[in-house]
Amino acid sequence: MTVQTTIGQKIGAAIAAPISWLAAIVDAPLKLWQRATGTNGMAAFFLAPNMLIFGIFVLAPFIINFLYSTTSGNAFFLPDRNFVGADQYRRLLECGSYLDPSSCREDLFWKAVHNTGLFVVLQVALLVVVSMITALILNREIVGRSFWRAVFFFPVLLSPVVVGLIWRWILQRQGLLNSMLYQFGYQPTEWLTDRFWAFAAGVTVSVWAHMGFFTLILLAGLQAIPRDLYEAAEMDGTRPGRVFWRITLPLLMPNLLVVIILALIRAVQIFDEVYVLTGGGPGTSTLFLTQYIYEVGFASLLRNPGLAAAASILMGAVLVVLTLVQLQVGRRNEKKGARE
Amino acid sequence: MSQVVAFLTRRRGGRGWHWTDIFMWAWLVGGLVLMFGPALWLVLSSFKTPAQLAEFPPTLLPYATEQVAVAGYDKPLNLFTAQLPDGTTRVMAEVRRVGTVSQLVDPKAPGEIFKVNIADRQPVREIRFATENYTQPFEHFDFLQYLKNSVFVTVVATLITLLTNSMAAFALSKYEFRGRNLVLLLIVGTLMVPLSVLLVPLYSVISAVGLFDSLWGVILPTVATPTGVFLLRQYMLTIPDELIDAARMDNASEWQIYWRIVLPLAAPALAVLAIFSVVWRWNDFLWPLVVLSRKELYTLQVGLNTYAGELNVQWHFILAMTVVTMIPVVLVFIFLQRYITAGIAGTGLK
Repeated sequence: MTVQTTIGQKIGAAIAAPISWLAAIVDAPLKLWQRATGTNGMAAFFLAPNMLIFGIFVLAPFIINFLYSTTSGNAFFLPDRNFVGADQYRRLLECGSYLDPSSCREDLFWKAVHNTGLFVVLQVALLVVVSMITALILNREIVGRSFWRAVFFFPVLLSPVVVGLIWRWILQRQGLLNSMLYQFGYQPTEWLTDRFWAFAAGVTVSVWAHMGFFTLILLAGLQAIPRDLYEAAEMDGTRPGRVFWRITLPLLMPNLLVVIILALIRAVQIFDEVYVLTGGGPGTSTLFLTQYIYEVGFASLLRNPGLAAAASILMGAVLVVLTLVQLQVGRRNEKKGARE
Repeated sequence: MSQVVAFLTRRRGGRGWHWTDIFMWAWLVGGLVLMFGPALWLVLSSFKTPAQLAEFPPTLLPYATEQVAVAGYDKPLNLFTAQLPDGTTRVMAEVRRVGTVSQLVDPKAPGEIFKVNIADRQPVREIRFATENYTQPFEHFDFLQYLKNSVFVTVVATLITLLTNSMAAFALSKYEFRGRNLVLLLIVGTLMVPLSVLLVPLYSVISAVGLFDSLWGVILPTVATPTGVFLLRQYMLTIPDELIDAARMDNASEWQIYWRIVLPLAAPALAVLAIFSVVWRWNDFLWPLVVLSRKELYTLQVGLNTYAGELNVQWHFILAMTVVTMIPVVLVFIFLQRYITAGIAGTGLK
């Protein structure tokens, strides 16, 4: 803890030094402001910069998004757009059968919905299982635990573009994976241009990139489980499997739920690493919702910001529901924690 | 030997080996290879020449054909181990290649030319790092500009984040005013609407305020981070109010209290936020991709993606520049990883 403070202070000092003279200059007019508005007026001053930026770049877009989704045309300036009511939503939802994207008016949107749905289910399941196993192993008494913890955390820091490029290099036709298969006598596979394998690669690579983060949260939860419970179980001669199902899992449940929901929220928004890896292809087999919004909104020649806004609101609705569930779970955990 | 094995396989408490121990070590070692291996392969590959990158199966280390200067020839010649027509195997320099026939000379006595089928000669190779993969993109492409843009965005965005977030956190933790809970709720609520949902309207806002196609348009929407405000507020709540009251008694202005007392005391939390902000902003991709259209404004991430998306991918440059893009994050990992993991375990933020 003391080390953390000194390094923190050093960084703080380094950042503060060049602008400290500015702070001194700001002080005089602020004193006048303080005299005029009182101490609480200063609260407004301190909040102002953050809330101004927040208002312009988060709150305003949030409201504008709803207006956008009710207009058509390809102009970005809102007054230049035509009001069409719920047409964009109708267009998105017009479908012969929701199970068959090709029967829908916006077949790409539904293809993206299907892909995203499948991706979310597979990725979250794999992510949770892999993170759980890793966390359980890191929670054992092993030599160099912090080293091993760091090992699994490394990819979390890499940028999605770097992750995508690293794996594109490995999975390409003449890449490392194929050459290893070749040396063991197997046929090389087109990992990134085959529909099935490209999707599988997207799932695997995103699990690779994010598992360290979720492992950390699960590990924190595991370490909070009181040791004496395990000692008691050992004295009773309980089998390890039973210990896991009866002690570890129930007590880890709150963390596990948080991890699952957090992973769901992130998986729904999957974009960058898979986009760099496969570009949404081959065909539309790895086209996900965020890429659909990006392409309909900006990239395609027939861009339609209204349609993209409507699609983003539908996606946002899913995210809001998931976040509310998360907050609910968090609150229940807090209450439970208070009772204990 | 048996003692060494006994030492390596001994178990705490004298218990024997269980299958879970074997599984555990397999998992850990497998993890080590899987987590670092791809990045390591990237670094090794980035030092290979285009010819070597095209080889299948690839070699682990970057090799290049050894060359030698031979009297009578302007350019250095490639060295080969060749099986000569008389049956001997010698190291020879290749003068030229015609079809499947290679014309070789002895580097020491370059008078006589031997003709050998190319199947009967193997290049003599040495380990050589193709550092030109790193220098050329900086000289001939815009990568230096991309690097500058990325550094500018990361540094400026982090400084603004630290200043505005800490001011807001100070107001939200040390003042009682009407609407405080509303502001907090608004900030927490933002966590629900990620950038991918606001892409289209944010673009129109950026255009309206004249920030389209500018680095400030990349920076400003990212700086009012809810996680930053939240993290700093939680930390500032632990700073005793008595300290602030005492300063007020001594006639300190509110700004002085913030600048001289609260900010230095919140340094550990600021440091954590600074590390996070640097990693976030350095790695940002989707938003810069949308907002930047002029090539000279691209950040490294966008520039890399553009080059990698071209029809004729120049992998030797892409790989080297990917390594350059990775460097700051790897430095953070080596030196500051502990603070990040502690931050995530404590608050669940990322």
